[in-house]
Amino acid sequence: MTATYFTEDHEWVRVENGIATVGITDHAQDQLGDLVFVQLPDVGQSLSKGDPAVVVESVKAASDVYAPVDGEVTEVNAAAASDPALVNSSATGDGWLWKMKLSDTDQLTGLLDEAGYKAIIG
Amino acid sequence: MGTHENLESEDLKPLPLEDLHKAANARFGGFAGWSMPITYPLGVMKEHLHTRENAGLFDISHMQLFDVAGAEAAALLSRACPLDAELLSAGQSKYTFFLNEQAGILDDLIITRLGPDRFMVVANAGNAAADEAHLRDVAKAFDCKVDALDRVFLAIQGPQAADVLRKAGIAGTELAFMHGFEPKPGWFMSRSGYTGEDGFEIGLPEADARALAEKLLSDARVAWIGLAARDSLRLEAGLCLHGHDITPETDPVDAGLTWAITKPVREKAGFIGAKALAEKIATGPKRKRVGLKPDGRQPVRSDSVLLDINGNTIGIVTSGGFGPSVGYPVAMGYVGKDFAPVGSQVFTEVRGNRIALHVHQLPFTPHGYHKG
Repeated sequence: MTATYFTEDHEWVRVENGIATVGITDHAQDQLGDLVFVQLPDVGQSLSKGDPAVVVESVKAASDVYAPVDGEVTEVNAAAASDPALVNSSATGDGWLWKMKLSDTDQLTGLLDEAGYKAIIG
Repeated sequence: MGTHENLESEDLKPLPLEDLHKAANARFGGFAGWSMPITYPLGVMKEHLHTRENAGLFDISHMQLFDVAGAEAAALLSRACPLDAELLSAGQSKYTFFLNEQAGILDDLIITRLGPDRFMVVANAGNAAADEAHLRDVAKAFDCKVDALDRVFLAIQGPQAADVLRKAGIAGTELAFMHGFEPKPGWFMSRSGYTGEDGFEIGLPEADARALAEKLLSDARVAWIGLAARDSLRLEAGLCLHGHDITPETDPVDAGLTWAITKPVREKAGFIGAKALAEKIATGPKRKRVGLKPDGRQPVRSDSVLLDINGNTIGIVTSGGFGPSVGYPVAMGYVGKDFAPVGSQVFTEVRGNRIALHVHQLPFTPHGYHKG
């Protein structure tokens, strides 16, 4: 079963079989503008909710992408690092950033659903 | 997600043509007290490349034009700037500065001679109020008056700029680079810019500017370009941004800008800061402004500290970002003179990672100026 969650910090989290795939929302990529650099975490790295996990850099500025929940990084999207424009063109698809094994699925209840996220971005 | 960027937001002044930028779906941000179009839907990357290939239209009305007129207008400017204004011919423009007594750069300017007793001074937005106060203060000793003009200021930049203006029936495309004139009352036009490309800057009354912008945008080769691309264009072109690459704490010697100050002007020493500048020229630069190319894909931003291989501080980055035309990160900064030769390796740390950079010649992209 797949469920998609969102954070107030403009990340999306797609959960399938205890593995969360994380990326930034289309709204976020639009706000950032053209991305030129993506720094991914290491596979095996343990992340706590709120830790800076990824840095995305636009022509003008660098932004942190935070871990939405606790867990261990299981996979990173090398395609996004080699072609950061992929995050602009497909933020919620091929431009995903990393996958993590959830430590505590209860943390998901603290995240937003799509309607809740849309209400935030207006 | 959180962005490491300081955006101004309080009490920003709107540009006179703000409604046109809103209609073009610009995204706005604060710069030097103005609410400026930062990007349009095209996006910074394509806006940048469009300017290098076609023609970009920039609203630079945040910049300040001063009309300096009077029998001693040339004498005033030769005192306020390291310049012999008497030697400028009518229509000639010159890149120059306001210096303080320590030869620190208060602002960089373009001055154009309009006639025997009249000059146009174009100053940066961030320094407009201080420049005006400074110029009026120096002017007290001279028979001339200084008017801060209320104009819309548009720049059209890129290899197609001249042809676009010609097709639009705008006079002035015969100008050579760094020349200017007044095509009609209330208008000022020069062949100059801040992108490294051929182009023109046109100051004009608001009503005329609306008509001109509409006419230019009807040409498929023209697109609005925001401040983000203006910054990446000028950085690739190796042009300084006052407040970053040059400041009151940097002087033309360290900044490598003494080419803008002729030898007779230095010898005559009639300008504010002449004594300090002569001393700095005699002792030579302690540090030099250079281009910097990070080795990898990661941009190195302004204020990053530069290190030698042993971790000793040897300089600082003053501008840094990504160069869409060259396709790699670009930066500018100051290094100790031992590290100034092109190819020298320096380092910085970004988020705990050591990154190597090499000193790179400026500009990163060749200039496309129309020398006439």
